[in-house]
Amino acid sequence: MTETLLSVRNLRVVYPGDDGDFRAVRNVSFKLGRERLGIVGESGSGKSTTGRAIMGLIAKPGRVEADELRLGDSDLTALDEAGFRRLRGKRIAMVLQDPKFSLDPVMSVGKQIAETHRHHFRSSKAEARKAALEMLEAVHIRDPERVYHQYPHQLSGGMGQRVMIAMMLIAGPDILIADEPTSALDVSVQQQVLAIMDEMVKSRGMGLILISHNLHLVSSFCDRVLVMYAGQIVEVCDAGKLHEAQHPYTRGLLAALPELGRRRDELPQLQRDPAWLADLPAALGAAT
Amino acid sequence: MIRIENVSVTYGSGATTVRAVRDISLHIPPGEALGLVGESGSGKSTVMRAVAGLIPHAEGRIFINGQEMPNKRPRASRKFAQMVFQDPYGSLHPNQTIDQTLAAPIAIHNLGDAEQRIINALTEVGLGREHRFRYPHQLSGGQRQRVAIARALILKPKVLLLDEPTSALDVSVQAEILNLLTRLRREHGLTMLMVSHDLAVIAHICDRIGVMSRGQLLEMTTATELAEGRVTHPYSQQLLRANRGFDPTSINVDVTA
Repeated sequence: MTETLLSVRNLRVVYPGDDGDFRAVRNVSFKLGRERLGIVGESGSGKSTTGRAIMGLIAKPGRVEADELRLGDSDLTALDEAGFRRLRGKRIAMVLQDPKFSLDPVMSVGKQIAETHRHHFRSSKAEARKAALEMLEAVHIRDPERVYHQYPHQLSGGMGQRVMIAMMLIAGPDILIADEPTSALDVSVQQQVLAIMDEMVKSRGMGLILISHNLHLVSSFCDRVLVMYAGQIVEVCDAGKLHEAQHPYTRGLLAALPELGRRRDELPQLQRDPAWLADLPAALGAAT
Repeated sequence: MIRIENVSVTYGSGATTVRAVRDISLHIPPGEALGLVGESGSGKSTVMRAVAGLIPHAEGRIFINGQEMPNKRPRASRKFAQMVFQDPYGSLHPNQTIDQTLAAPIAIHNLGDAEQRIINALTEVGLGREHRFRYPHQLSGGQRQRVAIARALILKPKVLLLDEPTSALDVSVQAEILNLLTRLRREHGLTMLMVSHDLAVIAHICDRIGVMSRGQLLEMTTATELAEGRVTHPYSQQLLRANRGFDPTSINVDVTA
């Protein structure tokens, strides 16, 4: 693997409750280089919480603990909210599922992108505007001048997600975390958004974490896949070899997917084994 | 069982009229499952809603069980066809127990013997008596979708209309619901019309599949033809490629819809 951009060792996210602490994420360790890393799992598996913990977005009373959480030379465990604010956007950015809810509805999208530039570079209005237009062009928006002045409700889902990517990448982060970035989009548009993300991440030498429930998508897009279940990484695979996965959970998920050309009367249902809940050694995802 | 002849659906009036569905004809014989695929805005859900009688059709005729369906449906006609919606979080009344939800259609149609019908319906979809007096928020997504299916089945319809019934569910829960639908179809000889954007899901349930785009039915294909890639329309081929996962060679990022 190339140089390590992000290093996570024994990450834990804990929510205190009446019946003791709920460990939403536990024993999670992995390293991210200049690669496309997928995290798959079902709802509640902790995949999004892992992404949010890295971004410093876990709200109190939730707690983030880790033996190591390091982005380049910064120790994320030592950062306060102000520290995270300087970091977010500049060095690590996040794209969420639905651009309709992630963009400010009452500000033109161009201004929103320029604002990000001004915040991180203390640039003049003219400089920020120029950078925003270049960014819109970079995500293959044909008429950046026109789109600059449009409001989020005037954009289609695919265009909205291009704008989100432009905004997230304008400050030149090292890492992009994309949490279900294409789940709200039509399949053909999904492919375009992924292709644009891929192009940007490659040309800028970034690391990408793609969080998704879609096994086919992740295995065809990413280099490496972490499979999460009940807050832990249960398996790490090369994305192209996901079909050779060993863990019964991963195998169960793959088997439960309907498949074109292999019609079965009954789909095998996932039988959850309580043994999968046992704590695993934290080093699992670290092997790269 | 279902026959649609030259149906068009329009929204709005005057200069802002949108023809959501244009001149569609379909025939689904008894016991068959027919699927409609397409992207958002293709009109697939509109066709289903017109069949269900949730929206009026501007032109054409819709027949269910040999009877023509007027835009204002007689109450008794609801017994022929029932619908299951995409989002089990949105389609169940949050302040009513499962028992109240299932009792409503029985009361509306004066069927009587609510007690036994509700228990039977719950058993049929794999829920126990313990679920009967719970509220929707006390159930998982899969359990809610089972309740929605039970509510549809309680009138003993001949036709089940399924609008993306598993797209809000996790893969493992999706398998359970698909298996349930397969079993119910076999046991009750149900005729199904299903809408989905997921080709693998629709080919799992349906025999024939219609590909829709911009309000028109582009192509009628079968699950087998789809699996073998034998679709003729370029749009169907594009859908098929996109469903196989990420394929950078087939994408033109400069085309925007």
